[in-house]
Amino acid sequence: MTTPNAQTHYSGPAVRQDAVSRTLSVLVDNEPGVLARVIGLFTARGYNIDSLTVTETEHEKHLSRITIVTRGTPSVIQQIKHQLERMVPVHRVHDLTVEGKAVERELALVKVAGKGDKRIEALRLAEIFRAQVIDTSIEHFVFEITGKPSKIETFINIMTELGLVEVSRSGIAAIGRGPQGM
Amino acid sequence: MARQMTGAEIVLKALADQGVEYIFGYPGGAVLPIYDEIFQQEKIKHILVRQEGGALHAAEGYARSTGKVGVALVTSGPGATNAVTGLTDALLDSIPVVCLTGQVPTHLIGNDAFQECDTVGITRPCTKHNWLVKNVNDLARTLHEAFQIARSGRPGPVVVDIPKDVQFGTGNYVGPSNIVHKTYKPKVKPDQGPVRQAVELIASAKKPIFYTGGGVINSGPKASQLLRELVRLTGYPITSTLMGLGAYPGSDKQWLGMLGMHGTYEANMAMHDCDVMVAVGARFDDRITGRLDAFSPGSKKIHIDIDPSSINKNVQVDIPVVGDVAYVLEDMLRTWKSLAPQVDKAALKSWWKEIDGWRAKRSLAYKASKDVIMPQYACQRLYELTKDRDTYITTEVGQHQMWAAQFYHFDEPNRWMTSGGLGTMGYGLPAAIGAQLAHPKSLVIDIAGDASILMNIQECSTAVQFNLPVKVFILNNEYMGMVRQWQQLLHGNRLSHSYTESLPDFVKLAEAYGWKGMRCDHPSDLDDAIREMIAFKGPVLFDCRVAKLANCFPMIPSGKAHNEMLLGEEVSDEEVGRAIGKEGKVLV
Ligand SMILES: Cc1ncc(C[n+]2csc(CCOP(=O)(O)OP(=O)(O)O)c2C)c(N)n1
Repeated sequence: MTTPNAQTHYSGPAVRQDAVSRTLSVLVDNEPGVLARVIGLFTARGYNIDSLTVTETEHEKHLSRITIVTRGTPSVIQQIKHQLERMVPVHRVHDLTVEGKAVERELALVKVAGKGDKRIEALRLAEIFRAQVIDTSIEHFVFEITGKPSKIETFINIMTELGLVEVSRSGIAAIGRGPQGM
Repeated sequence: MARQMTGAEIVLKALADQGVEYIFGYPGGAVLPIYDEIFQQEKIKHILVRQEGGALHAAEGYARSTGKVGVALVTSGPGATNAVTGLTDALLDSIPVVCLTGQVPTHLIGNDAFQECDTVGITRPCTKHNWLVKNVNDLARTLHEAFQIARSGRPGPVVVDIPKDVQFGTGNYVGPSNIVHKTYKPKVKPDQGPVRQAVELIASAKKPIFYTGGGVINSGPKASQLLRELVRLTGYPITSTLMGLGAYPGSDKQWLGMLGMHGTYEANMAMHDCDVMVAVGARFDDRITGRLDAFSPGSKKIHIDIDPSSINKNVQVDIPVVGDVAYVLEDMLRTWKSLAPQVDKAALKSWWKEIDGWRAKRSLAYKASKDVIMPQYACQRLYELTKDRDTYITTEVGQHQMWAAQFYHFDEPNRWMTSGGLGTMGYGLPAAIGAQLAHPKSLVIDIAGDASILMNIQECSTAVQFNLPVKVFILNNEYMGMVRQWQQLLHGNRLSHSYTESLPDFVKLAEAYGWKGMRCDHPSDLDDAIREMIAFKGPVLFDCRVAKLANCFPMIPSGKAHNEMLLGEEVSDEEVGRAIGKEGKVLV
């Protein structure tokens, strides 16, 4: 995908750069309004959010980790990083995609309803995907599945044909490999 | 050492410990405990404005003219919402302001209580940071942090929202020392690698230019001094944005005048044709660059800025130097002196020759008149008659603002206060009040337009109450001149609602407020009238009747490049009407 250079309101032969997807890990002070601040930055400056998760990760230190999957040209991504870094409650911003080999996982709860062959097929496929049944009746299953977003995407696509009712996804949690923290 | 006090006492104590002299404010239910505390002390003077918007601009004027933090105090709800324009103004121009807002008691927050609004929610995008203080024991620390954040790094406005029960509650006071913010540590000292690279590139330039901005002023007087030293050492030309005027003397021979949409021909052409551009505390704003893909196409660019997010935002640069301007310039000077580079004198000489050719176009020239006062002439006379005094100039927004920037020359920083980023009409009078308070003996003049001045005219009362002899010099063309000019350029001269019908009689208006009112409508009377205005001890509203349809030139039409300027003396009205193409029309 290419998007015109969105940094200017002066049109003209736009400098075209390819948009890329990036996973950013943002360590913030868990003070009131910090999430609103981060989201406000993205809406105010027209940045994309494909996925966003946030929870307190270190209670005593009042630290939260926000994981954002965003999409933009490399210069937009650099801007996003700088804009996040200059927010007062932000400790650090890491571009996990660029820093290499981050582990990304997502959890999804997938409700599938049906009878007969479709029901049996759903259960068989769930096993292949290592999804667990966490709720059931004679006409439905709720599967819990964890994995890379692409795996979850595939699983949901298959279930669409087998009676998918609804999906709830956690958004992405990501962390760098190796012994060091961010 | 912790001491027990009420929240309201903590506020006043913290302000005093921060060295605050003046608060610009307006009372209301949610700040009564703080007002009661103000009443019972004498250290800090409260300046009662006539609308909260005035308080914020006055705080900005105070801050900009002193380099200190400006402080405003407003009540909850409408008090806070009236402050929003000034906060946004301060954010865009990086002015340090601390705004305290009252809030309904904590147990009522979220209840749609009387005069409740989500102040931190509303002001989040228009402040550098904001806080809602729910516990009186956090109040002192938060206030000290607020000052620290407002003034350090890239300065900006902050809001501290204080519920009424917190003002009444009792808690511990802590002083400002030892308050270190957990996360906020802006980088002020530059890395030496880029400093050296920058110096080497500057030394190798054949067609160099310094392009400076408000960051030099914000960095403090030392930055301006160092800038002067570096520029003189190199012998290179220098231009500046609207916000940076005064950092380098406007009367110096290396000075090319302001650049940008209404900048001089020589400044814009030199920017366009240079081979090395040294951006110092400037942010490549769209008023400066014009059409981006044609912006200074052949140059290598060095960008010195304290805010990393300003670098490569609009324009890709070759050598970014992150740091406070003063620190960076100091290091650059030291490196320059130790490397003792030889600049290419011959190249520089022919560069200056080229620049002199552009200068010879006299891009600020206008058609003089014996019968009507040309607005440019009025600014020139005002400059000539006040330049040897200790003068501070503020402006409103419009053509008069650009003429002031073009024709009033500043030799010192902090002497020029204007709303650059937001372009807020109504800024100038309250800003002048703030500047006059800080400099009671100086001459403070708001160069105004007839439309803008009405936006905060109520502040005339404030000036009278506090004996502030500000002068308001209205370039009265009876139009919203800048709007009219754009309608002429873009909309077939259909002057939709840009004529200010039913203007008040400014002389009577002045007198109604207790000011001296003056009017002048003939060029031959102008000098005497200006002298009379200056000599008068109190505030003066000067209705200077100028040519109604003058346009502000030179101008880079929207969507055009630096080398496609319109020069005033050369263009006909028809050409003006055709100057902006279809694409440029959608721009502002
Ligand atoms: C608060 C606000 N509203 C509207 C505008 C848009 N605007 C920019 S210049 C201008 C006209 C200013 O007229 P005047 O003060 O008479 O100055 P002149 O251009 O005639 O010198 C207007 C309406 C603005 N900048 N600020």
